[in-house]
Amino acid sequence: MKNSYARAFLFLLIFLLPGSLSASEVKEYKLGNGLKVIIVEEHKAPVATFQVWYRVGAKDEPAGKSGISHLLEHMMFKGTPKYGPSVLSKIVQKNGGTDNAHTTKDYTAYFEILPSDRITLPIELEADRMRNLTLGPDETVSERRVVMEERRLRYEDDPQNSLFEEVVAAAYKAHPYQRPVIGWMSEIKSIDKEDLTSYYKTRYSPENAVIIVVGDVNADDMMKHIKSHFEIPSGGMKKSITSDEPEQKGERRITLRREAELPFIIIAYHTPSFPHEDSYALDVLNLVLSGGKSTRLYQSLVYEKKIALGASADYSGFNKDPFLFFFFATAAPGKEVKDVEDALYSEIEKIKTEPPAEREILKAKNQIEAAFIMEQDSIYMQAMKYGLFEMLGDWRLIDKYLEGIRKVTPEDVMRVAKKYLTEDNRTAGILIPTKGQNSK
Amino acid sequence: MKNTKLKFIKSFILFCILQFAICILYGTDVYAVNANRTVLPNGLTVLHSENHNLPIVMVTLIVKAGQVNEPAEKAGLANLTAELLSEGTKTRTSKVISEETDFIGASLDASAGSDYTTITLSVLKKDVNKGFDLCSDILLDPSFPAEEIDRKKDIIKGSLKLREEEPSFLAERAFRKEIFGEHPYGRLVEGSVETIDAIQRDDLIRFHKYYFLPNNSILSVVGDLTQEELIVLLEKYLGGWKPGELLPRVAKKSEGSKTRKVIKIEKDLTQANIMLGNPGIGRDNPDYYAVTVMNYILGGGGFSSRLMQTVREKMGLAYDVHSFFAAYKETGSFQAGVQTKNESANAAIDEILKQIEKMKKEEVSEQELSEAKAYLTGSFPRRLDTNRKISDFLASIEFYNLGLNYDRKYIEYINSVTKEDVLRVAGKYLDPENGVLVVVADQKKAQLKY
Repeated sequence: MKNSYARAFLFLLIFLLPGSLSASEVKEYKLGNGLKVIIVEEHKAPVATFQVWYRVGAKDEPAGKSGISHLLEHMMFKGTPKYGPSVLSKIVQKNGGTDNAHTTKDYTAYFEILPSDRITLPIELEADRMRNLTLGPDETVSERRVVMEERRLRYEDDPQNSLFEEVVAAAYKAHPYQRPVIGWMSEIKSIDKEDLTSYYKTRYSPENAVIIVVGDVNADDMMKHIKSHFEIPSGGMKKSITSDEPEQKGERRITLRREAELPFIIIAYHTPSFPHEDSYALDVLNLVLSGGKSTRLYQSLVYEKKIALGASADYSGFNKDPFLFFFFATAAPGKEVKDVEDALYSEIEKIKTEPPAEREILKAKNQIEAAFIMEQDSIYMQAMKYGLFEMLGDWRLIDKYLEGIRKVTPEDVMRVAKKYLTEDNRTAGILIPTKGQNSK
Repeated sequence: MKNTKLKFIKSFILFCILQFAICILYGTDVYAVNANRTVLPNGLTVLHSENHNLPIVMVTLIVKAGQVNEPAEKAGLANLTAELLSEGTKTRTSKVISEETDFIGASLDASAGSDYTTITLSVLKKDVNKGFDLCSDILLDPSFPAEEIDRKKDIIKGSLKLREEEPSFLAERAFRKEIFGEHPYGRLVEGSVETIDAIQRDDLIRFHKYYFLPNNSILSVVGDLTQEELIVLLEKYLGGWKPGELLPRVAKKSEGSKTRKVIKIEKDLTQANIMLGNPGIGRDNPDYYAVTVMNYILGGGGFSSRLMQTVREKMGLAYDVHSFFAAYKETGSFQAGVQTKNESANAAIDEILKQIEKMKKEEVSEQELSEAKAYLTGSFPRRLDTNRKISDFLASIEFYNLGLNYDRKYIEYINSVTKEDVLRVAGKYLDPENGVLVVVADQKKAQLKY
């Protein structure tokens, strides 16, 4: 309200496909209570998304209470004294919309997608649940059970996801990225109404949130609605917990033995996150290794050697703090996981000793740019991108990101591979099936 | 070049039978996706919608051949054919195809389903020629190299083995088998190890030759492409696609479960994965819309559904509980599914059966009915809010013969459903007492009473 200003959003027009791409204008506002609002008018279809992003995620959780951010996200659907359980979802649905939320290591985001002439409907309810959430003891117990079922579904009964959780936990000893977002079962169980209340009070406040609206809307109208409901006092924000992970000095290895069909391996290396100067080359490295069936890991492990059913790398620099560069591979039936691991290392060695071809770099850059354009087909994906970059500091970083990618050279890629993909910096995890191992 | 273009435009005019608009009536606004429908001289149905706000082009090509067209002993033939399209053509190797596709940041995928095979292309406008080139190459000239066949068979068989780690896969596989019996829908699209091994190179070549015909296909193109540009692309890349005689399609009888059957699968799990249901309806059944409304209220409507409200919200028994009707071309199924800790399996099944029984016995409330209708009609714009969704939508309404005014018909059909209809179709199509119950669990802990 005091501070509102707007600025044109031009990077795509300038850098991507000059002349053929309509630039979306991003309007940015800030209310007196610190709440930031970003609105992008996108009139291609009569739909819009309204999203509230909170700068709070698993990394902010107190010790012994892993999963509290995610449980609180669930509780946000239990309503307030004014609007009871599931009322928001029901209103959205009967107006042809959908709503949901997700929690990550760094943030928690709530969204509604609606026909654009009804996009103002969730505004009052989102404002209401930012400060008036009902956190009743019975609802807490019931929703805790739901989340425990979710954990069983996603992790306990999924061997590959279980290994992922184990590898991340082994890779960190100090930083809270060690904990799974859903939380450890024993800790989910221990979260009570008081824990949730204090976490909610100190984290869910306007100055710790960003509203993102993308779609067939009029920004001025939207702002009128937003201002009339979100002029709520800022809360006693708690300072974020910060922690540096000490440098890893030696390989860590873990094994997981359980019922499974095929051996599976994950290798993780500590790497910096965006906007660290090496993050761009790491992004390109990721795609040189596994940006489609034509790239190195698939061609070598799956296609030529036929030792893996699937092999891929995964790096995303879009985290608040340094995270991991992963390699994943499932052994083909009858093949040894040791051979799969060695084949991964030999691909890693190759890129550490010889820079990739210019064409490989260009291919990776083309993929990143094409994905950027394709994503704009969906207002939801667009809003997610603005939100994500806001969580990292500022949506304008999107611009910086693409610039950084364009500058990456084959030598940069080789250099970051050499720097980060080292034996001392890695954590390797192997899933060993305890039943019917490698039998056809 | 000019001449061929003109010639093609002429054929377009000759065969341009209908132009239609998908209008989504929403309050006072009308949202229209304008699309052209054309049948080319070679029999290919082309649907085209121009949308110039992003420099992208989305293509969906449906070939009317899928699982339903394959013999039981070669189950997985349609899937293997689709999987091999991009593994080598007369002029390109597998590696060249993926290299050219990846290089332009495009995606080109082929997959077989129960009723049809789909090839999708997503490409930037500036690379649309290359995209059509690749797409037509894998569609028209796959060479099915022997070495690639062996490699792909191993990967599919390996993936089937890997999927046995997923309790939901085990439940679904057993459920389909019981519901559809010998009908092709009762098998996995991938087939089984034995049937995959039985597929020969000649089978693939024949399947491709007999079914991948223009007069057996639908092409939908949406995005930053004018009609003139499309005509040039069609002429250049699909101009040589020759029609052929279609094999007669005989609908197969589904002789699935008629009596109650309980299948218990033992697995070392913390959760019981439960699936229950009965044979359902085909996509052309006139009750489809009443069933859609009924199922929304029962277990299709997310947090608004009765199953979610009771099993999750009241009882805290599960993260996910839902029901749905899978309506294929020839027949379909009704299924309800839930995952809950082994010890709660009986309680969750009891509650689902109770809710189904209630659906069959009592009329739904006026509010439930109106909210279901409001969602189903009001969510239409979201079903068409990206170029990819519009492209897939146009192709599928053509495949299911839903008519050029499906937009208005859909809204009319949904709005005309009454409480009596809901009760009637619940009584007619919900029959879990004589259906199938599959439970994948640690059976000792689950102690099923069923």
